Amino acid sequence: MSDILLSLAGVHTLIGPYHILQGVDLVVPEGGVTVLLGRNGAGKTTTLRTIMGLWSASQGEIRFDDHLITTLDTPDISRRGIAYVPEDMGIFTDLTVAENMALAASSGPIDGKRLSWIKELFPPIGTFWEASAGTLSGGQKQMLSVARAIIEPRRLILIDEPTKGLAPAIINAMTEALRELKQTDTTILLVEQNFAMASAIGDTVAVMDDGRIIHSAPMSELVEDEGLQERLMGLSLEAHQ
Amino acid sequence: MNETAIKPRIEKVPLREQVLQKLPVLLVPILALLGLAAIGNPASWLTLTVAGLAMGMMIFIMASGLTVVFGLMDVINFGHGAFVTVGAFVGFTVLAWLAGWTASPSVMLNLAAVLIAILAAMGVTGLLGYAFERVIVMPVYGEHLKQILVTMGGLIVAQQMIHVVWGPDELHISRPEAFQGSVVFGEAAIEKYRLVAVAIGLALFLAMRHVLKNTKVGLLVRAGVENGEMVEALGYRIRRLFLIVFMTGSALAGLGGVMWGLYQETITAHMGSEIMVLVFIVVIIGGLGSVEGCFIGALLVGLLANYTAFLAPKVALISTIALMVVILMWRPQGLYPVVKAK
Repeated sequence: MSDILLSLAGVHTLIGPYHILQGVDLVVPEGGVTVLLGRNGAGKTTTLRTIMGLWSASQGEIRFDDHLITTLDTPDISRRGIAYVPEDMGIFTDLTVAENMALAASSGPIDGKRLSWIKELFPPIGTFWEASAGTLSGGQKQMLSVARAIIEPRRLILIDEPTKGLAPAIINAMTEALRELKQTDTTILLVEQNFAMASAIGDTVAVMDDGRIIHSAPMSELVEDEGLQERLMGLSLEAHQ
Repeated sequence: MNETAIKPRIEKVPLREQVLQKLPVLLVPILALLGLAAIGNPASWLTLTVAGLAMGMMIFIMASGLTVVFGLMDVINFGHGAFVTVGAFVGFTVLAWLAGWTASPSVMLNLAAVLIAILAAMGVTGLLGYAFERVIVMPVYGEHLKQILVTMGGLIVAQQMIHVVWGPDELHISRPEAFQGSVVFGEAAIEKYRLVAVAIGLALFLAMRHVLKNTKVGLLVRAGVENGEMVEALGYRIRRLFLIVFMTGSALAGLGGVMWGLYQETITAHMGSEIMVLVFIVVIIGGLGSVEGCFIGALLVGLLANYTAFLAPKVALISTIALMVVILMWRPQGLYPVVKAK
């Protein structure tokens, strides 16, 4: 887990007149889960979107597997093995669950074995295979969104707040699913505000505020040090409240 | 994940909602029945209905590309009429070259001439669509005002180029022998060409539905209409998909131009911009980006225009606008609003 899979160095992102990312330095080790914490508006979603090329970095470098991807188009970034689960889930509601999954398998037909594993991981995917994705509940849509990201083996999955607005039972189920996903050598960069979930599955953590990374360390360090938690999370939560 | 922990549940759409969703499909037969009640004479009604359906199908052919282009890339192309006009001129030129075939009593030679004219028109307008997208549309993605201005500019340039190549006068041509005359059903006389137009329009609609529902390209188009950004994040180049759709839409407009020209038997450099009023009404009625809505909207416009032209010619001038107003008051997003990601 020592190799660096993704690194951001001095990344700045402007959205219209707003200077959102102001020099993000982030390292995501290969394997395991890196959690990005921070208050609303700290720049977490912008960081993920900038990595995916959906918003372009005005300065700085993004390297994936030691290749510069800062100026690549989104489809090229995706084809290098990075999947993205956006905050709004990005489900195609006019399409069925099966069609959503078929589109996500961009390199060819769906692998039957992998699909069976996904259906075990997320039972509603199998139950509602032929249903229109627009008729799924919020939790089912979130499962579909994550399922779509893993329908083909990916090296890195960017997941933006998968527990947002979900019932506790679904959050627990999602935590279990991500824990199982961890065992497959897939690296996950997870944006999360739910510290309980983040600490349950995170291996490393980075805390953002005002468009910068203000703390980066193993998750165990943050979990064990309540003072640090209070300083970092208090800073984040107070600003949010 | 344990299935017993979370009971899979699907949100049921209420019955009333389901009926309302399907209601637009019933509008065409309802309008046809109202037409029958107002006209009274079944023979006249049948003639007008087939004429209306033929007109609607031709408008659908011209409008289908425009609505998908808007849905997929949010591009408002006021230059779409240029493809209709160029298609008509290219088709007429080919038919003029093949005058021996079109005047022949052989149905096969007639069909071959029309087919070659259509293929030539679609080929030229498809290529013109490629150039139009690369040179005119691509620099103004995401900027609606600029899109309107530059695509209208493109239309004016195309019209002037037609004047340069074919001259400023209108062109006349007779339909091939096989498409002239009428078929008689009881007391109703129905022009053969209108039946051909209905058949081609229907075949095209079914083919488009098949492609959109059952092929990967169709899935990508439907997904792209809803959330183009996510399609890119899945690894697909939506710009390339858009170019293919734009070229196909342009080629279909060219096909529509040939068919409309043969319907009118006269073409002018301004025919595209004139027909675009109806095309835009149909696209708006259907719901921007919806092929099915566009199809139903086109049939409604075609039927209403023919019924009112027979019943009250002065009202016919405003009937389609009135139809659009009524439908937008009922469904402000059109008959089949396309879901767009925020």
